[in-house]
Amino acid sequence: MQDFIQHIINGVSLGSIYALIALGYTMVYGILKMINFAHSDVYMVGAFAAYYFARFLGIENNPGITTLITLLVVSMVCCSLLGLAIERLAYRPLRKAPKLNILITAIGVSLFLEYSGQVVFGADPKVFPEVMKDFVLFKIGDIELKSFDITVLIVSVIAMLALEFLIFKTKIGRAMRAVSSNASVASLLGVNPDRIIAFTFIVGSSLAGVGSVLVGMKYPKIDPLMGMMIGLKAFVAAVLGGIGNVGGAVLGALIMGLSEEMVVAYLSSTYRDAFAFGILIVILIFRPAGLLGKYSVEKV
Amino acid sequence: MSDVLLEAKNITMQFGGLKAVDSLAFQVKKGQLAGLIGPNGAGKTTVFNMLTGVYQPTSGAVFLEDKSLQGLKPYEISHRGVTRTFQNIRLFKGLSVLDNVLIAGHQHMHYGLFAALLQTPHFLKSEKDLRDKAMELLKIFHLDEKAHEPSSSLPYGEQRKLEIVRALATDPKIILLDEPAAGMNHSETHHLMETIAKIREQFKLTVLLIEHDMKLVMGICENIIVLDHGIKIEEGDPQKIQGSQKVIEAYLGVEEGL
Repeated sequence: MQDFIQHIINGVSLGSIYALIALGYTMVYGILKMINFAHSDVYMVGAFAAYYFARFLGIENNPGITTLITLLVVSMVCCSLLGLAIERLAYRPLRKAPKLNILITAIGVSLFLEYSGQVVFGADPKVFPEVMKDFVLFKIGDIELKSFDITVLIVSVIAMLALEFLIFKTKIGRAMRAVSSNASVASLLGVNPDRIIAFTFIVGSSLAGVGSVLVGMKYPKIDPLMGMMIGLKAFVAAVLGGIGNVGGAVLGALIMGLSEEMVVAYLSSTYRDAFAFGILIVILIFRPAGLLGKYSVEKV
Repeated sequence: MSDVLLEAKNITMQFGGLKAVDSLAFQVKKGQLAGLIGPNGAGKTTVFNMLTGVYQPTSGAVFLEDKSLQGLKPYEISHRGVTRTFQNIRLFKGLSVLDNVLIAGHQHMHYGLFAALLQTPHFLKSEKDLRDKAMELLKIFHLDEKAHEPSSSLPYGEQRKLEIVRALATDPKIILLDEPAAGMNHSETHHLMETIAKIREQFKLTVLLIEHDMKLVMGICENIIVLDHGIKIEEGDPQKIQGSQKVIEAYLGVEEGL
């Protein structure tokens, strides 16, 4: 029983990291109806930005809350700027082009970032600075609550609550929902869709930045291809929850994190990824619109 | 300053080989309630699309208070004070009735992102003012009790009214109504027209409306522009339009000799 609870804690912690990245996919999909494949590489660049900044400042040997916050801010800012640049340079010129063109462009941007990353950062993995010490915060019976897991949880919950507030309680959030519902009508009511789309990229990318620092803290090995697998899984999580649905992305990510942890714990770590993508196949067969997605019948 | 609010100067809209609207010129005076009528396919909605920046006219230009709207994006034209509704209802379906109206009020609200996240008094006050104003507008159309329902759950007639409320929330100088009474029965139409006349007084609005229902247009419009095959065939007060042979021919066809 204690083991089981311990696995749930680990699973939720992993799931909330997936959620941070899945939110970026789902928000961009919600507003542009496109899959931003470059999102996982924005995440990668965020990790490297934090890595180099920590070395530059020399705070790599100074773990603690201040270091965590500094690196979070650095990574969020860098990711936002990169996300903004990608939207402006690669996607906006294709706003009126067929969706397939934008999709292919997204794959192109993703490859560009991955291989530029190998040239600029080097292909060999780097050790992420020690953001903070991992220690047992408190024990309940045999269940250990470690500082990393608690930090991951607190940071991602704060980020998600801020996002929830942003989307549902502020004017820019309302405008995002309006543009996502019907961009041309929103424009006729005085909302500038390009601004809202750019803002969506900023928010989604900065969440990926948060995720990158948390992952770097927990699994301190970073390389230019680190975004591929986690990006795919976050994408599966977004589809699982119903792509375009913010709550769905979080739910899907938690399911992904928990099931992965359970598979590793009770079956075999060999099946971890197989299980993740197995979920995707099952969902696509039985609920193509995802758990919280709305399946709409097209009128003929 | 002249009393002309909106002026179309020889606007033409060409789609490939088809001239949907052919060098159309007309003026709408301040405070006027004008009508744009014509048989199906006459180009009425195309005119609205040109007035609101959805289409850029192939030639000619639209002027609002003597300033050209040429090259402006729809949201910029909305900021200048031109707003519209749609023939086929286009609400933000997933959003609540109130949210639909709030979005339209955004252009008059200024607060930064950090003000929102920190919940500064300025942010809270702007949000409250916006809400109060939206609720007031909804009240005029008796939609205030349904403010928190999803807009798609409203019955058809109320969805049409909500579109008008949403347009009013942009605080426009002129509102373009595209068949506001489409699909409504006689008494609903009558009621809607009374409301339109009322809001025009209250908000000192200028109104340009497209309508099929001749009786309705004749009843409330002061100036009527008749369009057929993209060309203005007649313009004038209801009496003149009613007596015009050209208008009758456009609507009923020309009697062919045997």
